[in-house]
Amino acid sequence: MASVPVVNVSLPSLSAGWSADNNFKPVGTLSAATQRNLEPVGPHFLAHARRMRHARTFSEDERIQAQHNVKKTEDEENDEISEPEDSMMLAREAKDWKSQDHYAVLGLTKYRWRATPEQIKRAHRKKVLRHHPDKKAALGDRDENDSFFKCIQKATEVLSDPVRRRQFDSVDEAAEVEPPTKKEATGSKFFKLWRPVFVAEGRFSKTQPVPELGDDKSTLEEVETFYNFWYNIDSWRSFEYLDEDVPDDGESRDQKRHVEKKNANARRKRKTEDTARLFKMVDDCAAGDERIKKFRKAARADKDKKRLDREAEARRLVEEKEKARLEEEQRKKDAEEAAKADREKNKKAKEAAKNATKKNKRVLKGSVKDVSYFADGEPSAAQVDGVLTDVDLVISKIDAEELASLAERLSAAGKDGAAVKNVYSEEVKRLVGAGKLKEGEAKNF
Amino acid sequence: MSDATNGASERFAIGISFGNTSSSIARINPEGKAEVIANEEGDRQIPSVLSYIDGEEYHGTQAKAQLIRNSKNTVAYFRDYLGKNFKSIDPTPCHNSAHPVQSDSTVAFSICDSTSETPNTVTVSEVATRHLRRLKDSASDYLGKQVNAAVITVPSDFNDAQREALTAAAEAAGLEVLQLIHEPVAAALAYDARPEATVADKLTVVADLGGTRSDAAVIACRGGMYTVLATAHDYELGGATLDKIIMDHFAKEFIKKHKTDPRENARGLAKLKQEGEGARKTLSLGTNASLSIESLADGIDFGSTVNRTRFELLSNKVFAQFTGLIEQVVQKAGLDVLDIDEVIFSGGASHTPKIAQLASNIFPETTKVLAPSTFVGAINPAELASRGAAIQASLIQEFDKEDIEQSIHPMVTATPHLQKAIGVEFASGGSVEFKPLLNADTALPARRLAQYSVPKDGGDVIIRVCEGARDIKVTKPEPKAKEEKPKTDEDDSDFDSDEDEEEETREIVWKTEKPIAELAVKGTKAGSKVELMVHVNADLGMQITAREVGGQSAVRGAVQSP
Repeated sequence: MASVPVVNVSLPSLSAGWSADNNFKPVGTLSAATQRNLEPVGPHFLAHARRMRHARTFSEDERIQAQHNVKKTEDEENDEISEPEDSMMLAREAKDWKSQDHYAVLGLTKYRWRATPEQIKRAHRKKVLRHHPDKKAALGDRDENDSFFKCIQKATEVLSDPVRRRQFDSVDEAAEVEPPTKKEATGSKFFKLWRPVFVAEGRFSKTQPVPELGDDKSTLEEVETFYNFWYNIDSWRSFEYLDEDVPDDGESRDQKRHVEKKNANARRKRKTEDTARLFKMVDDCAAGDERIKKFRKAARADKDKKRLDREAEARRLVEEKEKARLEEEQRKKDAEEAAKADREKNKKAKEAAKNATKKNKRVLKGSVKDVSYFADGEPSAAQVDGVLTDVDLVISKIDAEELASLAERLSAAGKDGAAVKNVYSEEVKRLVGAGKLKEGEAKNF
Repeated sequence: MSDATNGASERFAIGISFGNTSSSIARINPEGKAEVIANEEGDRQIPSVLSYIDGEEYHGTQAKAQLIRNSKNTVAYFRDYLGKNFKSIDPTPCHNSAHPVQSDSTVAFSICDSTSETPNTVTVSEVATRHLRRLKDSASDYLGKQVNAAVITVPSDFNDAQREALTAAAEAAGLEVLQLIHEPVAAALAYDARPEATVADKLTVVADLGGTRSDAAVIACRGGMYTVLATAHDYELGGATLDKIIMDHFAKEFIKKHKTDPRENARGLAKLKQEGEGARKTLSLGTNASLSIESLADGIDFGSTVNRTRFELLSNKVFAQFTGLIEQVVQKAGLDVLDIDEVIFSGGASHTPKIAQLASNIFPETTKVLAPSTFVGAINPAELASRGAAIQASLIQEFDKEDIEQSIHPMVTATPHLQKAIGVEFASGGSVEFKPLLNADTALPARRLAQYSVPKDGGDVIIRVCEGARDIKVTKPEPKAKEEKPKTDEDDSDFDSDEDEEEETREIVWKTEKPIAELAVKGTKAGSKVELMVHVNADLGMQITAREVGGQSAVRGAVQSP
């Protein structure tokens, strides 16, 4: 609220006879209000909105806003409540500055490499206000020892120079976080234990922000980015801070060069060691990382599935071929067997036919013998020979069936010579008719 | 540790005034002042024009220059088409650029925006997105920081669909829309945020004279809060109307010499328009403007000059339209010109000196006319809206989205306003005087403080709190009271337009309507003052406190709500 406007018109005097309780007399009420839309713009509207939303009155709101503003400035002053000072630290000698923890000296152990230059400046100022030698003297402290003050100055000198601060940060053991062992970092504790390690290690990275470790829900891509980052880290960590002091008395240049060379070697060695350490650490972490196993398993399962599918397909093909082959073989065998049985059957039939023929031949020969070769009485040798020759001729000219019918007919004729001769003659006649025999060839029929 | 701070600083907001003709972007610089950002070409007024040649996008002035050669692939004047359907738009302004076509339920432009020959149909939302993205990139380049949020100004007649379409277009361009604010209010805010400005109750007329349209609004500013009482719009009046006068003037001159009308071919018209606009702007600053166009028509070069008087003479009618719009809005609000405390001229056409001069003739002497030609400390009228938006952006950019939404919800914005002024009545002797403390149209709840002098010799005083009403008292002057007449006469004597009939003087007179309460402060010392505080609740209940300045005891009382 700005200044109160002054209206330069004098108020009328109270007329006599006016009286009211507490000198206040309500006389009327206001006319009805009109409903309108406020434009939600400007600081005064925001104040109005704040009052409306929190149901505050004007004075309440003013008080709360004022308190709010006061708190803000107080916060700024109290943000670095100084840490308790260790008596050991207070007794330090400034000349051992290399071994002192600069952050502890300035009371910034809870920030360390995270401390902003602004914080360092403020912390320095605070410490100086407390430990200034003049102040000590004024307080009646006869002790002329201002070594801690020098420590403070040294700490500020190191930490306010970005290059030297990095050198100190590189070897700041108090900021290191020991990587967990394989046994410790299992299951759910894996992420809890490894995360601070990588956060601490990440301060050395030239590329910021450093990818985070993530959790068991991270995707393959995130995990890959994380490990790729750490295997390709571009680190500014250096080890100048641990250098041996180079003598600069100027009298032994060789000595100086020697120390410098030694320092350079030591630095290089430490850097290599550090890189190896880091890689081993990342290896360890990766080895214990369930996510990688999970992804690998998933990938393998995927691959396996493909392989199994392929194999099953191949097997199926082979089986099909085999089956086809077996079927073919079976079929061949069956055919062979059938052929063999056929052959056997044929042979038997042939043999039977042969036997029958033989028998019929015998019948034929017997028939002529039974009728004593058509001779009356004892047949002459020539007669026998002639008849048998003829019979043989007939036999040779007829096939098995004709032979059988002939034999049948002959058997029917029995031992009647004329009938037998008749049968033969008929046969010969038929043969001659068929052109198998020449007329007169079978002389006896 | 840094999460909380990051979350807040991640949002980097600017103010954008997205006009139909031109846009501007502003931010609050580290010193806390609003600053309008120039784009890559150095323009602070960036024409809202996009042009495409062989798939390459041109924006702003470069695109505007393409209106001559490449008008088919140049999109201009598209802001007003946002969120509207094809039937309800007025395509006149786009006559000389890509024509709007219907596409589903919205408006689109058929342009070749890629290397291929076939034109693509690009919706107006997409065009707006591209335009806003270019504005965002310009701001980001200038500030070296990625801009990702904005407060955008809209005309007071933008409906919900248009607001939604604009918000969607901005989000698509990667801008979080913190709030859409009305252009006239943004202009008022830009003036009130000046360090020298004081919070006072006033009635303001904002005349927004744009390129293709003009709007006017009456805003009640009460304790720094704004309430729009009335708005008036003229969709055909604007800078373009004035350009047309200049164009016609030169065209006639050309016809006289060469017997051809340069307005008959499209390219000649475009050239004439571009140069005519330049000439009109020059006339706002100087008294003479020259124009030279190569190959205006039939290969004939044309060069000529025009002076301001000539221009003003030709534009008399149009100027009257502008002032008419202002008078119309005052009337619409149910007010008299005497009630208006301030006239803010915003929009590019407000640079024209004559408009502001004519407007200041309408209003009484006490009214401040904030335009470059009438007020030395005037802010560039074309930048007002974006400045206001930037101020609002800086105020709310730290808020959560939810917080902003809650704050601009009708629950908060719809408030009861006082119907009548509340003040103190001074009855001394025979005359009764009334001094308003809370003016009419003050948003409730409200609280006001004032100090009043006591009579010379102190003693007991009475404070009568009343409702009052203002009257316009018209007095016919006596024939000889010539010198008493307000000074306006002298100013007006240059222009013999409407002087004859206004013979009477008009003034505001307050009248007590209804007494509310009486308070007695007893035993005041001589020469001291009495402080009165009136607090009006939203339900019209009142708490009144009076005390002598420096005194111990106070008189308190409450008035019941009706």
